[in-house]
Amino acid sequence: MNDKRPVNLDLTTIRFPITAIVSITHRASGVLLYAGIAVLLWMLQASLQSEASFSELKEVLANPLAQFIIWVTLAALAYHLVMGVRHMIMDLGYGESLEGGRRGAQLAIVCAVILIVLAGVWVW
Amino acid sequence: MVTAVTNLGRSGVYDWLIQRVTAVVLTLYTFFIVGFILSNSPLDYATWEELFSQFWVRIFSLLALVSLAAHAWIGLWVVLTDYVTTLTMGSKGTAIRLFLQVVLGVVTVAYTVWGIEILWGL
Repeated sequence: MNDKRPVNLDLTTIRFPITAIVSITHRASGVLLYAGIAVLLWMLQASLQSEASFSELKEVLANPLAQFIIWVTLAALAYHLVMGVRHMIMDLGYGESLEGGRRGAQLAIVCAVILIVLAGVWVW
Repeated sequence: MVTAVTNLGRSGVYDWLIQRVTAVVLTLYTFFIVGFILSNSPLDYATWEELFSQFWVRIFSLLALVSLAAHAWIGLWVVLTDYVTTLTMGSKGTAIRLFLQVVLGVVTVAYTVWGIEILWGL
């Protein structure tokens, strides 16, 4: 490979279009969600172990910090899921044009924000 | 020339397909669990325990766990091979990336085994 070929990956010099923002945040939400899986598995364990641990978990879920962590995890899940569905819709051949891609990205962001707000309402 | 040795499917086409099949499984599982909790609100232990005592729910959950492991591996591989490279990190880039992949691989296996233990109450 020619090591001297020009490469511009200086992200600070690139203005991100909405499709790029959606792409990078899809990745970021996936990484965040990967950490959040530990929280979800922990909750599943506590909820299934015994009746006592189930009610203990309910008490923990009344704590604002715990609620915040769970909301962040659910927000990452909602965002990642919506962006994934967007990907699959584009795989099926819809919204593949430049304008379609932008529209789809905007629509996906609106859907994700609604779900994230609803997740917040659910947790609190 | 990029040699595919650390990605799950050994080829981009397989990775592409695995990522989508697992995404569908995980989406269905998410809808199933969230839907169940919402339609049985406020959730009590007996209802919840009864759900996971059913064989098909355990199999569905296991399927979701395995899908999660594959999906996370492919996704994290993409992220790591894009951002943790010799280009961004200097000459040690590849070593750092392989180290991170080992760590994430261990975590992913731990998640899967932990999930199985929860489901079958070991």
